[in-house]
Amino acid sequence: MARPFRTVLRYLLLVLVAGLMVGPFLWMVSTSMMDQADIFRSPPRWFPERLNLKNYRAIMDLLPLGGMFLNSFTIALSATVGQVFSCALAAYAFARMKFRGHVVLYFVLLATMMIPPQVTMIPVFLIMKALGWIDTLYALIVPAFFGGAFGTFLLRQFFSTIPMDLEDAARIDGCGRFRIFWRIVLPLSRPALVTLALFTFMAYWNDLLGPVIYLSSVGKATLTIGLANLQSDVMITRYDLLMAGSVLSVLPILILFIAGQRWFVRGIAMTGLKE
Amino acid sequence: MTRAGIFRAFEPYLYLFPTLIGLLLFSAGAVAASFLVSFTQWDIISPPEWKWFDNYVDLWRSDLFWEVVRNTLAFVALAVPLSVSAALALALLVNTGVRGITVFRTAYFLPVVSSMIAVALIWSWIFNPQYGLLNYLLRVLFGVQGPAWLDDTRWALPAMVIVTVWKGLGYSMVIFLAGLQSIPQDLYHAATIDGAGAWKRFRHVTLPLLSPTTFFVLVITMINAFQVFEQTYVLTKGGPANSTITLSYYVYQNAFQFFQMGKAAAVAYVLFAFLFIVTLVQFRVQKRWVFYG
Repeated sequence: MARPFRTVLRYLLLVLVAGLMVGPFLWMVSTSMMDQADIFRSPPRWFPERLNLKNYRAIMDLLPLGGMFLNSFTIALSATVGQVFSCALAAYAFARMKFRGHVVLYFVLLATMMIPPQVTMIPVFLIMKALGWIDTLYALIVPAFFGGAFGTFLLRQFFSTIPMDLEDAARIDGCGRFRIFWRIVLPLSRPALVTLALFTFMAYWNDLLGPVIYLSSVGKATLTIGLANLQSDVMITRYDLLMAGSVLSVLPILILFIAGQRWFVRGIAMTGLKE
Repeated sequence: MTRAGIFRAFEPYLYLFPTLIGLLLFSAGAVAASFLVSFTQWDIISPPEWKWFDNYVDLWRSDLFWEVVRNTLAFVALAVPLSVSAALALALLVNTGVRGITVFRTAYFLPVVSSMIAVALIWSWIFNPQYGLLNYLLRVLFGVQGPAWLDDTRWALPAMVIVTVWKGLGYSMVIFLAGLQSIPQDLYHAATIDGAGAWKRFRHVTLPLLSPTTFFVLVITMINAFQVFEQTYVLTKGGPANSTITLSYYVYQNAFQFFQMGKAAAVAYVLFAFLFIVTLVQFRVQKRWVFYG
């Protein structure tokens, strides 16, 4: 008697919470397909009278969506390549090599996770200004090529779990360090690399602070900044259009997430557990 | 030393080269540079003037600055306990093998991967006083007239907390779930044999064994809460009547809207100091409650 009751109760709770977590997204989709007149009704309408994509057309006229999409994509993809590469190199050194300052350096690197971006953003802005990179995508992409605490930590944890025997065998066969890293360690670490790549891509795709600081011209704008400007400039109450824009910006990342969700979940679990 | 030996000694630093440059320019080095900037008056265009502690003294005397500090602390005090406890509750809820559970886990994770700007736009529509979903539901389900949320000085900050908690729940839930699943099942069997009920098992098995995870989630959530920026930028721009300006937004305003780099750097250092102290305290206090089996 008690068991089925508890299962039913659990399902009820699960569905209730799912409503809370997914409901706002459904509301977004529904609003995005409504007429302007239909969104200002009390009580609110749950569904548009008929499927109506004209808000999407309107927003494509208002914003250079194609260019924004391309900018977001260029930044996210290049930054991902840079992060994965530089973090993998550092993580391999920390996982497998002996050198002076090993412990101190690793500690300093991990401690940088605590630094709020607000502290570093002014000097970094000055560096970018000196390089003439203000209002260019370089300002957002290039720093990603110089390592990162989170990625190095994640990959180091993973590299440490790879058995040494494989590398020893390769070394006896006369393989150099870099070839071992490139041909043995990296291919074996694909799960961790994919996880880091997904996280990095997502972080850069969704980033708002960086674009807000560095990108001012319309041609350089990302999707996030385009949405933010749309809201603050013209149409603070045009929720029909704002929701259509939100749908378009969220869609690619949701698809990416659903395609790669086991990597996400595994990656988070990996960082949460200490060795 | 042979040539190969020299190479071997230097090899690790080649792997670390990008990271070292990054540390020097973009993190540790930038932290030091920022510290120097905080002692200057500087609009970026004309050369900086060294002003010793003027920026800090001005902040201390500014009413707005104290309001910003209060807003930030209130935000942290509301958001952190809510986030952590709700995420733990969710993790307990999804820590089961029932049919379809992965669908639910995925659903709870959707807000995490979405951008804060999209999420904030959705919620600003939900918070709309007249036509928004939230006040409609409050009226229909509870017969309560909801506040003006983002337009009300008392409710704008709590509204920001709601959005923040909602967006971050899935992330912490997954960490908690991994923690829960690493607790050996034998302990629960043993506790049951000893006559412990569900609550006692939770209190005396789950909570202590989960405490390292809880500590990790707590530290991460706290750090993120202190840095709240995008929510303010999209939902309120700091208003109404400055009631939602947080330290991090204040840094942004001073640096990139008012071009007062020195003052902005000083505020950033105050934020850093808060974070440092709070994290240090957490690491000190953890010895009393975190149980490393």
